[in-house]
Amino acid sequence: MNTMGWLVKREYWEHRGGFLWTPIWVSVVMLALTLFGIVTAEVVGSRVQVQGGVPWDRIAEHLQSGSAGLAAAGLDAAYVALAAILCIPLFFVLFFYLLGSLYDDRRDRSVLFWKSLPVTDTATVLSKVLAAVLLAPLIAFVVATLAYVVLLLIVCAWAVVHGINPLPAIAASHPLSLLWRLTLTIPVDALWALPTVGWLMFWSAFARSKPFLWAVLVPIFVVVANSWLGMLGAPSLSRSFLLDQVVFRLLFGIMPGAWLGDSGLDLGERIRAASNNGETGTILAIFDPSVVYGLLATPKLWIGVVVGVILIAVATRLRRTRIETST
Amino acid sequence: MSAVIHARDLGKRYGANVALDRVSFDIEAGRIVGLIGPNGAGKTTALKAILGLSEFEGELGVLGFDPRTERAQLMEQVCFIADVAVLPRWLRVGEAIDFVAGVHPRFSREKCEAFLANTKIARSMRVRELSKGMIVQLHLALVMAIDARVLILDEPTLGLDILYRKTFYESLLSDYFDENKTIIVTTHQVEEVEHILTDLIFIRDGRIVLDASMEAIAERYTEVMVNPDKADAARALKPLNERSIFGKSIFLFDGVERARLAELGELHKPSIADLFVATMKGTYA
Repeated sequence: MNTMGWLVKREYWEHRGGFLWTPIWVSVVMLALTLFGIVTAEVVGSRVQVQGGVPWDRIAEHLQSGSAGLAAAGLDAAYVALAAILCIPLFFVLFFYLLGSLYDDRRDRSVLFWKSLPVTDTATVLSKVLAAVLLAPLIAFVVATLAYVVLLLIVCAWAVVHGINPLPAIAASHPLSLLWRLTLTIPVDALWALPTVGWLMFWSAFARSKPFLWAVLVPIFVVVANSWLGMLGAPSLSRSFLLDQVVFRLLFGIMPGAWLGDSGLDLGERIRAASNNGETGTILAIFDPSVVYGLLATPKLWIGVVVGVILIAVATRLRRTRIETST
Repeated sequence: MSAVIHARDLGKRYGANVALDRVSFDIEAGRIVGLIGPNGAGKTTALKAILGLSEFEGELGVLGFDPRTERAQLMEQVCFIADVAVLPRWLRVGEAIDFVAGVHPRFSREKCEAFLANTKIARSMRVRELSKGMIVQLHLALVMAIDARVLILDEPTLGLDILYRKTFYESLLSDYFDENKTIIVTTHQVEEVEHILTDLIFIRDGRIVLDASMEAIAERYTEVMVNPDKADAARALKPLNERSIFGKSIFLFDGVERARLAELGELHKPSIADLFVATMKGTYA
């Protein structure tokens, strides 16, 4: 294995808890809640809402009424939901991972050990970027996919108990197409995330203490100062532009699919509508690569990439001689 | 032959504070050099410049590399142990070995595991579970398994008990050091390193006040134990230092003829600690 491989592995060793165990536990809780809901519904025998983000009621209802197509739409929605729910913990894990990426080892002085090895600062910083934008999302998506497999087993078991054949519904759903199309969103997420990655890593490399405060308070201060200038009648930027196009992209770009809302696709609403109407093709259509990769034709993606690359380059430069922290 | 480390007018300032004041020195291969000075004298600043961890003024070559721009190549040949507490606490021993083996082309896994076999350190342990002494054993095992040309030790035994300190230097000498390697060590525990050093550099207020081999120092400096009646005669020869013990005075002389001193009393070889105290007199005053 080459140096970069070892460096990324090193990140995984240090952050196994956030990268691997967090998505696993969130998925286990989701599946457990779904299972509790099903058992409760069976025992009470009425329409008890099944909690846990999986549209179980629709799946069950359509399976019972024999409409395989509608049930398949529910299954597809469940797969997307299992993946989407992991984006929330992933956001927090990545946010604090990146803020600590070039700061924590300076604080505990282990940077002196890492720097005693023949590894360039560029390679070190790059390995942390790769761990954040590719490794962590890939692990989360693999966990979500395994969780969906478990959910399918639960569906089959439930169906067998009720004397229903679940296979037509499963056959009508699109697990493999979704697997492929959702995997393809990860590189787009990565590009979209670069300004946030760069912003957080810059403060992580720069701060002598409390990188979190710098990274969060500076944008807040800029927004407040801008509004104040506006109130005084001085030239200022539009508040919504500053929030949506600058602050949001510097702090929340690492949220997978953050660009979906931005590109005018109301994801949640469309998936819900699609699974209600049994339009099995619709969910698939949302993640059509031609739609997703259409983002690459927008200037704002590339402006963000440039900003992100510059910030990462500055962080790399800072990493060369910034070793001490004030704590 | 060219020096392993070659410094000319090496300088570094932090604001108005001069940490290194245009120092020049050369360190040859196969030497064990003690870089000794009081706190804040500039030892660590010099080491950081050599390791490419800070900017500096002047000219500095380490094995022919510029530490500012050729750090990665340089670190294939240079190892360093900063102090006990720099191994990351979350790291497992096995992971540490795998990682260094993965990124360091001159690392020998067999050597490292052989060193660790003599300790109580197990591969599955995390650094945070190890005692301070075990951490330094692990760090030393990792570093000694690297076939490097320069080893830099910055207060490597700080906070260790005497048993670990003794074995630390013993294994360095017996299992690691040879004529192709160079070791630079800074420490406050001068007594422990004095018998292993070949060269000594005293540094004070960012300046080098003494840079000589141990043989040269033995030539130059003499300690004389003088009875009170001859004390004035001894003072006339301008000693570096005077202290008294059991009613006798001990004078430290720099470059005064042995024969003349022998007339005053009993001659001794001064310890580095005494030499250090005499040289650094008034540092904190």
